[in-house]
Amino acid sequence: MALMPERGAGIHGWGVYIPRFRIPMQEIAREWGWPDHQWRALGMMEKAVAGPDEDSTTMGLEASLNAIRRAGVNPKDIGAVFFGTESKPYAVKPSATIIAEAIGATPLTMASDLEFACRAASEGIKASIGLVTSGMVKYALVIGSDTAQANPGDVLEFTASSGAAAFIIGSSKGSAAVFEGSSTYVTDTPDFWRREGSPYPRHGEGFTGEPAYFAHIIGAVRGLMDKLGLKPSDFNYAVFHQPNGRFPLKVGEMLGFKPEQLKLGLVTPMIGNTYNGSALIGLARILDYAKPGERILVAPFGSGAGSDAYSLIVTDVVEEKRGRAPLVDDYINDKISIPYSVYAKFRELIRVVRE
Amino acid sequence: MGEWSSARVWRSRVYRYRLIAGRCRSCGRAHYPPANACPYCGSRDLDEVELPRVGRLISYSVVYATPFEDRDRSPVVIGLIDLGIARLVAEVVDVKPGDLRVGDRVEAVFRRIAVDGNTGLIVYGIKFRPVRVG
Ligand SMILES: [Zn+2]
Repeated sequence: MALMPERGAGIHGWGVYIPRFRIPMQEIAREWGWPDHQWRALGMMEKAVAGPDEDSTTMGLEASLNAIRRAGVNPKDIGAVFFGTESKPYAVKPSATIIAEAIGATPLTMASDLEFACRAASEGIKASIGLVTSGMVKYALVIGSDTAQANPGDVLEFTASSGAAAFIIGSSKGSAAVFEGSSTYVTDTPDFWRREGSPYPRHGEGFTGEPAYFAHIIGAVRGLMDKLGLKPSDFNYAVFHQPNGRFPLKVGEMLGFKPEQLKLGLVTPMIGNTYNGSALIGLARILDYAKPGERILVAPFGSGAGSDAYSLIVTDVVEEKRGRAPLVDDYINDKISIPYSVYAKFRELIRVVRE
Repeated sequence: MGEWSSARVWRSRVYRYRLIAGRCRSCGRAHYPPANACPYCGSRDLDEVELPRVGRLISYSVVYATPFEDRDRSPVVIGLIDLGIARLVAEVVDVKPGDLRVGDRVEAVFRRIAVDGNTGLIVYGIKFRPVRVG
């Protein structure tokens, strides 16, 4: 078996943020004249909606504070801040510096915003493993955060939601979960895109599934299992990117995983697809409950297209860290239902003329 | 919005982002945001302290006469918040005004506090919301 430099790195802290507001699927279906089977087929119940004063930066900061509480690290020891999003508040001006400033990691730190649709943050995890295991930085903070956009009336509107996850990555020593290996699979695939200046993304109808989501996740996960000599039954949990409630179950089945391995990490039916947060909020929820010694597979996916697969082994430190910040389920259960009109106002779907 | 020049946004960022208060070495009381002199005893012998992020709502006002740029959040709730070593005035969000009670536990959240039109700066800072988690 090949040498796995990933084993020198681990997750010291994890944290999420999910906005309080929820819109039920029936609200969207009623507003745009969709039949109920349209959203039932997506395995969806409701989705999280960011408030009018929230954006990917504010949510990313809240998730970061939770990750730092669990890690118990001095923010001055964070040598890299990676912010993965496809909903940047500024087209030009990093969010990573705002977050680095707000957590107290500035000025002697790297800080950059990454873009690769829904797997930008995952690429940040991989870069952080390299920076940590090479000794270039002591800790890295990786954030995945999105206020996902969807053209009103587009089927994407059922799932595109808001939320964030953050992780402190450092040496495997003292971490709550140690990386065991990783594998990345990318190709040039035009399944989903948004041009500069365009408010909403477009997707290749019927093209987003097989050649994009399924091919890339399967490629990354098989690559990882081959490298590590592991099979699906060696994992206690598997969590994949979750564009809806159905795709992750299907890709899991195609790879040979059982529904009970997938259940804990599946959060999209309750909160929607949080894009860069999607698989990573699922991973955080697994860390909220996993027992020492258990093995986790996590495979984010981003359109355009690519997927990373990581294997993690949970350590006994996980239990003492858990109670230091709210659980994913605390955020999922903390909700205020809003009608379509409020959702439209909060997400600026109503045209307001400002000077 | 005119009052948020780039220079002011930059100068005030640490206090807006991190709840760093001024603490008076003479009378021991803390104030936020930090001022040049203690608002309680006038002493200029001050240092800084980071305030706790959870406190109690002492009182609040519900403001319907909001400026146009805040209309999407109207009515805006302005709360007086007790953080133990200091009290401060801040916006209270993520709650319907009718659900708010004096004495509620509130927690700091990082939010947009001003946005300069469609092309200007986004100003971030701290607001509070009722604690409903954990
Ligand atoms: Zn004083």
